Amino acid sequence: MAKITLENLAHSYLPNPKSEDDFALKELNHDWVDGEAYALLGASGCGKSTLLNIISGLLHPSQGRILFDDKDVTMSPTTQRNIAQVFQFPVVYDTMTVRDNLAFPLRNRRADPAYIKDRVQQIAAMIGMEATLDRKARGLTADAKQKISLGRGMVREDVNALLFDEPLTVIDPHMKWELRTQLKSLHHEFGHTMIYVTHDQTEALTFADKVVVMYDGRVVQMGTPQQLFETPEHTFVGYFIGSPGMNLLSATVEGNTAVVGGTQIPLGKAFGAPTGKIELGVRPEFTSLASGDEGLPITIKRVEDVGRHKIVRADFNGTEINILAPEGATILPEMNRVIFDPAGINIYSDSWRVAPKVA
Amino acid sequence: MSLILEGVSKVLNGQTHIYPTDLTLQSGTMNVLLGPTSSGKTSLMRLMAGLDVPNTGKIIWGGKDVTGMRVQDRGVAMVYQQFINYPSMTVYDNIASPMRLLGQSKNQIDAAVKKAADLMKLAPALLDRKPLELSGGQQQRCALARALVKDAGLVLLDEPLANLDYKLREELRAEIPKIFEEAGSIFVYATTEPEEALLLGGNTATIWEGKITQFDKTPTVYRQPVNATTARVFSDPPMNFLTVHKTDSRLDFGDGQFVTATSGAFAGLADGHYIAGFRPNHLKLGKEVADALSFTGKLTVTEITGSETFIHLDHHGENWVGLVHGVKNLAIGADLNVHLDQSHVYIFAQDGTAVAPASYATTA
Amino acid sequence: MNKAVNQKAWFLILPVLLLVAFSAVIPLMTVVNYSVQDTFGSNKFFWVGLEWFEEMLASERMWNALGRQITFSAIILAIEIPLGIFVALNMPKKGFWASLCLVLMSLPLLIPWNVVGTIWQIFGRVDIGLLGYTLSALGIDYNYTQDFYAAWITVIVMDVWHWTSLVALLAYAGLQSIPDAYYQAAKIDQASRLSVFRFIELPKIMGVLMIAILLRFMDSFMIYTEPFVVTGGGPGNSTTFLSIDLVKMALGQFDLGPAAAFSIMYYLVILLVSYVFYTVMTNLDKRDGH
Repeated sequence: MAKITLENLAHSYLPNPKSEDDFALKELNHDWVDGEAYALLGASGCGKSTLLNIISGLLHPSQGRILFDDKDVTMSPTTQRNIAQVFQFPVVYDTMTVRDNLAFPLRNRRADPAYIKDRVQQIAAMIGMEATLDRKARGLTADAKQKISLGRGMVREDVNALLFDEPLTVIDPHMKWELRTQLKSLHHEFGHTMIYVTHDQTEALTFADKVVVMYDGRVVQMGTPQQLFETPEHTFVGYFIGSPGMNLLSATVEGNTAVVGGTQIPLGKAFGAPTGKIELGVRPEFTSLASGDEGLPITIKRVEDVGRHKIVRADFNGTEINILAPEGATILPEMNRVIFDPAGINIYSDSWRVAPKVA
Repeated sequence: MSLILEGVSKVLNGQTHIYPTDLTLQSGTMNVLLGPTSSGKTSLMRLMAGLDVPNTGKIIWGGKDVTGMRVQDRGVAMVYQQFINYPSMTVYDNIASPMRLLGQSKNQIDAAVKKAADLMKLAPALLDRKPLELSGGQQQRCALARALVKDAGLVLLDEPLANLDYKLREELRAEIPKIFEEAGSIFVYATTEPEEALLLGGNTATIWEGKITQFDKTPTVYRQPVNATTARVFSDPPMNFLTVHKTDSRLDFGDGQFVTATSGAFAGLADGHYIAGFRPNHLKLGKEVADALSFTGKLTVTEITGSETFIHLDHHGENWVGLVHGVKNLAIGADLNVHLDQSHVYIFAQDGTAVAPASYATTA
Repeated sequence: MNKAVNQKAWFLILPVLLLVAFSAVIPLMTVVNYSVQDTFGSNKFFWVGLEWFEEMLASERMWNALGRQITFSAIILAIEIPLGIFVALNMPKKGFWASLCLVLMSLPLLIPWNVVGTIWQIFGRVDIGLLGYTLSALGIDYNYTQDFYAAWITVIVMDVWHWTSLVALLAYAGLQSIPDAYYQAAKIDQASRLSVFRFIELPKIMGVLMIAILLRFMDSFMIYTEPFVVTGGGPGNSTTFLSIDLVKMALGQFDLGPAAAFSIMYYLVILLVSYVFYTVMTNLDKRDGH
């Protein structure tokens, strides 16, 4: 187990990167604390796989250093980093039995056979494959194979970090839940440093203590699931996390009031006078419909009954606003206003969140 | 025109894929086939399309028996989970291909392709590209546009969004009903996700192990399931179940929790054992109504979807799932109190038949 | 799946059926016809039943040729398969060098059989051939027209030169289809080079390798042109393989009856071995769960 430090790290696939746009991974300083579970979350092409490959040693960064427990491993090959990785597609040794698959990393490191035997048994119990230990790996289902890959990653007790590269892509939906849950409890039990790359918000938020959201080669926010939900640092986080995502409206802000299309909206906290392109962000969960003169005037376009709640699609001067209404709520035609809960409002300047002034 | 299945069944190698099924689909409607993987959705669609011939029963379309008729002669369009386009043709030619086969005029084709591309939000610049140069979402839009221009009487969509990122899925899912509403064909949409069925609206048929368990308006199927199987299929995460006991006017939920049923739906139940079912989102962390039932369970896992949290509880060895709004940070392994409004409880007989619907569903 | 029945489909394969009938079935029946009859010339034929077959089965000449044939096929398979895999493993994976390698490797495959024979016939000649001359200059007694071992070695080396690339190319294609993740996982597991080969590469190329073995077996079992051009089946009968013997019998001695019986048995042996290969291959696939 180790702490992983990234120092001024950046990577470009071009030989001579000139502008910032040439970098697939923009400059980054970051500490991965020993024993924590992290998720790297982002859409495809955001640089999350590049970062993972740099950590695992498959790719050497164009600039910066990477340290494992303060030891520089920037140029060390994968074999010397003592990491384990689970890939998108299950990687198992087809001709070996499940037992031999699990024992393989230990045998290659010449561990004591008695120890290997015990350890394999223990891992098999953890991944729930004791009954199939003596079967050939070939012919097993995708999720069983992925469990073997996972087990092979966990079998060494001394790994610096366990890396996951979208490990549930090929797994059947109802098995995903089981594997995800299992991973989480394994982390609680063993406390490995884990880094999990995914584009699926549920996987990331469920698995990780801290989620690193990446967008366009940059880390836009690192935080707990709660922070990502309540205070998205970047409008992309607001959009990407949660469904439907956060509503964004052009606004001007002065002190503790925002003005959106001529309507004053109380913010509950003071923001001073932020400059740049100002937007007000509010999640559908913090909005409610009303009739009367209070709130932002809107027209309801459609109401979608999702069962557990209703999603109201409304229009405000050409901008779509999504409003969540409770399951039993009746949506009346005269409802032409939306009210924002001040606690759920964030203010953005040029897409980045403006911190409220502490009174 | 309507599509009528009369006692249609399909047996293959001694395995029944579809039990005898009666189903009537009206034109201009969206019909969702909802069921888990390999429950028979695709088999049923293949029968509707004419890709397979049923072992028994008749398929009547527009008053005409089409049971043995080949798919080519039926005027059916189909979109699959995989993004299927002609790789060597441009997007424009892909969309135009079904009309060209029908020998329509150049101007007609051009107008239809542009309209379909516009509806599917495929920018004109994309029309000259090859499908494989597009993103997954755009490829599937191309396939959908092709199905749209065909102007087929029956459009079959087999989990068309399953292979897309969830954000893309969210956007396309909102657009599909709007687009197909106007077309006036019969739409059949297969999905494994209850939420997708609800968003698409229209009618829903729930399928379980080759049998259609209920077919009605989507909200009706969701809120008034006729049996426990439908309720289970149309609930994600799955519905929670609990054995309850009725003696006189007392419906006992165990742990000292009971409902006095002197009037309402529960009053009419005969004495005996029943299965109570309730949806995860009706399990509340706070006591919202005074007469709510309260339970205690050990929290095993929490899952966070971004704006909601799934809580998994161990309640006397049964796994219960709750779904609460917002991101909750709860201690794993600790005891958790949860509350359930009795109006959200469905009662099923031991054989799964619904005997008392949840009262909130019938009053709303 | 029980598809909609379409009777018109039969008409679509009719041309192929006719073509196969003319190109394969009818010539084959001619051979069968010859194998059960005898002639004293002037186009008069007599029914002899299975006599030719019995004669051929009792013929030491055929058994000898068969023995030589099996030895030859076994030797070239034992050399070409491992060598081909070895070459494939050491070929560059991508870029300019990979393309260059592929072009160079496919060159021998593009040369007509009789030209290959001629090349080696000249190459090995002691008076003017580069190989033969060099070897005798080094004091090695090498003469493929007179020495049994020299003849065999020349024929085998020639076949290895001609066909190893086929095995290498097939194995290379198999290796290319292995996802990078497997190699990365092996690195992480600290697997040795040998383990990587045994547990990743070999299982993954097993399928194509079976095809390579089958192709090379059938081809070598029917080899005719190259040894015929180089050694003419000699010295003595030492490189007279089955097909050379067959041609000698049919066209040299004009013993059409025995030759026809011979070729039918020859055909059945190849059919049998191919069937065994096919069964083994499909069973391999089944174990894979496909």
